[in-house]
Order: sequence, then C-alpha cells, then structure tokens
Amino acid sequence: MGYSKDQLLARLKELQIEFSQYEHPVVLTVEAQAKYVGNMVGVLSKNLFLKDKKHRYYVVSALADTKVDLKVLSQRLGLGKGGLRMAPEEALGEILQVPLGCVTPFAVVNESARHVSLLLDQGFKSQECCIFHPLSNDMSISLNAQGLDTFLKSIGRNPSYIDLEANPPIGKDQPPDLAAFVPSDSPVLSDLPEKAPSAQDSTGKSVGAATNSAAVTAKAVKPSGNAQNVKEKPVDSVRPSIPAADAGKFVEELLDRASALLISEDSIKQHGGQLGAEVANNIKKCLREDIKNLATIFKNTAYTEGFYAGTRYQPKRL
Amino acid sequence: MEKIEDKNQQQEEEQVVNPWEVSAKEGGKIDYDKLIDKFGCQRLDQSFVDRVQRLTSRPPHVFLRRGVFFAHRDFNDILDAYERGEKFYLYTGRGPSSEALHLGHLIPFMFTKYLQDAFKVPLVIQLTDDEKCMWKNLSVEESQRLARENAKDIIACGFDISKTFIFSDFDYVGGAFYKNMVKVAKCVTYNKVVGIFGFTGEDHIGKVSFPPVQAVPSFPSSFPHLFSGKDNLRCLIPCAIDQDPYFRMTRDVAPRIGYHKPALIESLFFPALQGETGKMSASDPNSAIYVTDSVKDIKHKVNKHAFTGGQESIEKHRQYGANLEVDIPIKYLNFFLEDDAELEHIKKEYGAGRMLTGEVKKRLTEVLTQLVERHRRARAAVTDEMVDAFMAVRPLPSMFD
Repeated sequence: MGYSKDQLLARLKELQIEFSQYEHPVVLTVEAQAKYVGNMVGVLSKNLFLKDKKHRYYVVSALADTKVDLKVLSQRLGLGKGGLRMAPEEALGEILQVPLGCVTPFAVVNESARHVSLLLDQGFKSQECCIFHPLSNDMSISLNAQGLDTFLKSIGRNPSYIDLEANPPIGKDQPPDLAAFVPSDSPVLSDLPEKAPSAQDSTGKSVGAATNSAAVTAKAVKPSGNAQNVKEKPVDSVRPSIPAADAGKFVEELLDRASALLISEDSIKQHGGQLGAEVANNIKKCLREDIKNLATIFKNTAYTEGFYAGTRYQPKRL
Repeated sequence: MEKIEDKNQQQEEEQVVNPWEVSAKEGGKIDYDKLIDKFGCQRLDQSFVDRVQRLTSRPPHVFLRRGVFFAHRDFNDILDAYERGEKFYLYTGRGPSSEALHLGHLIPFMFTKYLQDAFKVPLVIQLTDDEKCMWKNLSVEESQRLARENAKDIIACGFDISKTFIFSDFDYVGGAFYKNMVKVAKCVTYNKVVGIFGFTGEDHIGKVSFPPVQAVPSFPSSFPHLFSGKDNLRCLIPCAIDQDPYFRMTRDVAPRIGYHKPALIESLFFPALQGETGKMSASDPNSAIYVTDSVKDIKHKVNKHAFTGGQESIEKHRQYGANLEVDIPIKYLNFFLEDDAELEHIKKEYGAGRMLTGEVKKRLTEVLTQLVERHRRARAAVTDEMVDAFMAVRPLPSMFD
C-alpha cells in the first residue's frame, strides 16, 4: 500500500520540517487549487507525471508559472524530439500511488516509485515557500525548498534543481544536459518480499538498522547441490542486492555464489569425478575477485557506519 | 581552447597529447614510441613486470602483463626502496567533467586498486572540480556535485577505506596543501607554464595558476593528517600518459623545494568503439561502454558499433583472417580478458580466419558485462555517508598494513 497523507505529514514533523497545511475540497487542477489556497503563503507548483518510450517515468515539479516544453525536455534528456509524453492514468496509481490530479514530488517516497526520476524547478529555491499536495488532493502543504530537500534526502534521494525553461542547443558536440536524469533501470513494480525490508535498511540514512537481520529471511544453502536454489539470482540491480553490513547475510551470499558456480547440473556433468579438484580450481580462479570485491564493500560499509556513529558520538558525561 | 598559434599548424603534422586534448596524426593512430621519446619517459619492459611479481608475491595485473601501463618515470626507484622496506603512497585523480563514466575512465582506478592491494600502501585521490569548473565552464556547485557523483564510481572500484583518502580541490585546498602550492608556483615561470601547457594571452588566470594544484599531492607534506613526520615518503602516480606534462613540471620543481620527485607509471589511451582513429566523446554514447549500460546496451554497442578487423565475407575471412591491428574487440579483450591463454588462443584463431568476428564479439560482451555488472553492484552499495567517510580529513592508522 502506498504511503498515506497522514504518514507523510507525521514524517515531515519527525524530520522537523516546517510546513503549513490547508484542507480543501478535492481539486484536480492547479486552477482549482488556486481558488482555495489563495490565503496560503507560497507559490503554487504544477506537477507532471511523464513517461518515455522505454517505460521510464519522470516527475517534473515546477512553479506554476514556469514554462515546461516537453519537446525541449525530451531532447535535453537525450530521448529525442518526441520521447516524452504524459504517463497513463493507471501508472499514476501503480507507480506513484496517488490519485488523479495529485502528482507531487512527495510521491517518490513510495517503493514503487524508486526508479522514477525527479526533476525539480530551480525556481523553487528562490521562493520563500512552495505549495504541493501531500499525497492527497484534499490538502495542500506549503514548505520551503530546503524542507523538501531534507525530506528527499531522508528517503535516499539526492535533490537536484534544474532550469526547466532553458533551451540549450543539443547536438553532436553538445550532449543532452539532463541525460543524468534518465533512470538507468526499468521500473520494478513488485519486488521479492524478502528484499523490501533489507533494501530500506541498507540505503538512505538509517544506518543503524542495517544490522537488523530479524526482518529478512536468510537463504539456506542445501549442501547436496540443490539446483533450483542456485538459479535464483537477485533481480534488482540498483538497490544493493548484497547485504552491505550484515555478516550473516554476507556469508550466505558468498556461499550462494560459490555453489552457483560449482554445484550446477552442467558442472557435475562436465567434471563428474573430478568435481573436487575443479571445485578447488574454480574457487580460486573465478571467485577470488568477486569475493574480494564483496569483502571490500563489506569492510567499507562497516567502517562508514563506525565513522557515522563517531561523528555523532556523545562523550560520557562526567 | 588553450592553443598557441603554432599548435594549429602542428596539429596537421603531429599528434597532440596534453591534458586537454589527445589526437593522432590525420587518420592515424597515436604513436606511443614517439610520445615516449618526446616526453622523455621510459618504457616499462618485462623485467619490471617480473620484479613486481616477485616483490608482491602475486600475479601481476592484467594491465601490466599486456602493456597497457607501458611507460614510467623512476618506477625502479620505487621498487628499490620498497625492497629495502621503504613504503610509498599512491596518488591518482579524476577531473569530474561528466556524470557518465565509461570503461576508459575506470582503467587508472582499476590499476591503482591493484597497486594498493599488492603493495599494501595508502592512496590519495584528487577530484579536480576546480579545474573542470574553469575549463568546462561549469558552475562551482555543479562541479562539486559531479565530483561527489564520480567519487561514488571511484569507490565502487573497490578501494579500501582504511587506506584511501579522496578529496576535492574546492574542499581541501588550503593549509599545508596551499603552502606547497605556493612553493611550487614560485618555481615555475609564466613562460615555462605557457611552454608546457600552451596557455595564451587570452586564457584566464585561473587556468594559468591551476597546475600547482595537481602537482602538490605528490608531496606527502600536503597531507599533514596522513603523513606528518614522513617527509621522505615517496609517491607513485598511476595515470594516463596525457597527464605527463603536469608531473614533468612537478619533477622539475621537487628537488628545488627539497622533496622527492614523484614516480609515474603511465597507460595507453583506451580506444573508442569505432576504432583508434575515432574519438570517445560524451555526446556519442555509442563511442564507449558506460558503467551505467545495461546488458542489452553492451551487447548492442559491441555488435553494432565496434569497429572490427574481420573481412567483409565469411569466405574472405576464412581465407585471409582478421586484421588484429585495428580490431576493437581484440583490443578491448586485451584490456579486460584476464586469461592470457584464452586471449592468445582467440588472437591466433581469429587472425587465421578460423574464428569469426561474431564469436569474438560474444566473448567480449560476456567479459564487459561481467565487469559492468560487478561495478554496478558495488556502486549500488556506495552511500552518501560512505563518500563522506572516504572524503573526511581523518588519520589512516592502518594505511601500511
């Protein structure tokens, strides 16, 4: 289920982000919204949910007055001239998990919107406050761009603001200047259930929670060469598919890879009796680099957690 | 850009190799022998590779075995000192001009990681965000942002955080670092820097005063939080050969201010997919394999855009064999296929016409995919906190362990 308006408001308060809120009848357009929030301090935003030909999604959030030219944006993203169009209604519900007329930068808090690229109008930064829907169109909240940044950073997003009205020449020698905003993977709507909690834990700022292995089921490796177990490979390559700081999960991952390589139908057929020697050889050759890399990632993550803790260390009160 | 009038003429006659431009003679390849001659550095021959293997008790890195890192300055001094028990530190860097990193960008980092592991020495990595801000006319914020993004890809190459310090010029220049910059600057006349880098009267003073910034990480006293009391520590700089001018200048200055000359170990340029004469450029995504490319992208790029030395028809190919001199898949395999025996086999069969281009491309796609996937996985595990930790000015007590 998607994040709810109340959950969002609670989270904003938790993060000590200042905002003001205003309830009003459900509105579907900026014009309608303007009628009700005239008393609010802040500038209205318009929010577009777009999709490109490769089924990648974008939320473009701009000041209501900013001119957004989809053709220009499409070129700046490197998608060619007609690469961007409005996303279909179903995508709104499936990916952003908000109702019609409610596109808002806050929607990227949802797991389903992990791969949605967020483009923010640099105009927001020069305004005192900007108005958005908090995941529901019967309310509008007004907050400062810094508050939005704080929220986005808290969910592991790096907020970047761009000049949406710019129309730079794009050609052979001038690369699409917004190419970085094109998501690198196609969206994965539903994830393997055991991944979801671990992903939340190992990304973003909740460093302490990464060691909480209770939420995740470890994969047991059956020694008698269970071919099915071996064929399961992690699907999502954007989120760390290896548990970055949990020793138990780390070792399981290593063992999985070792078995995948050695105890598969092919390798048994191929090597038969010599499987033992082959095992030893393969471990050394193919796995060495992989395992060393994993070990280095593990070490770096552990060090980072320690460092983070150190910077927030409260010396003993004497 | 920063060209003197003569250079324009030179361009038609000679190849141009400097930190901001690399181009071969019209329609030709880079002549590395000429380059070594012109720059005055040394060839890295097999005896070095063997010595490294002996000293580190592990197989030498594929880039050493295949001559990717092919030139050096004073690498033998580093090895001599190492044999005597004197350590050194590594220094490399990146100019963060774009977010999209391709495999060519990763090469010095892959090699540096091997050096860090093999010799068990610390490493400083400089992100020259100020340089890109000046040369590419980026805003200060944008270049800083790119520096951090690039840092993530660099970290994903597998550096050990307990032995690595990454810094961006905008953050770190000052203090002891700046003192060394001034010492270096005092030793290089305006005429000299124009001669080395080709600045003109039209170039702004930011560019003219930049070279010391890239020079001083070669001196341990620039990093008092790491190397205080170790003024004698030597420095080894793995880089692509186009960076040589900076360090020629540095080596010239070092003895005058009482420091060791930094040693260098230099690599070839990574060829573009379309061939040695083509140019890898950020605006042509098909000229290189990017670390963000999907499995499909890699397959497509190798199949459709890689320049091959195969013949036009299968019959001709079986008869004449492939032209290995220009074949890009073979060159890429030379960089990235670990197994020497397998590479030899492929070269032999393909050169004789018994193996077809398709097979070579298939093998290359596998190798590149494995590389990119491994990088992507590692990259996904790099958080902003990790970047902060790598870039924090902190002591590294186990840096020589």
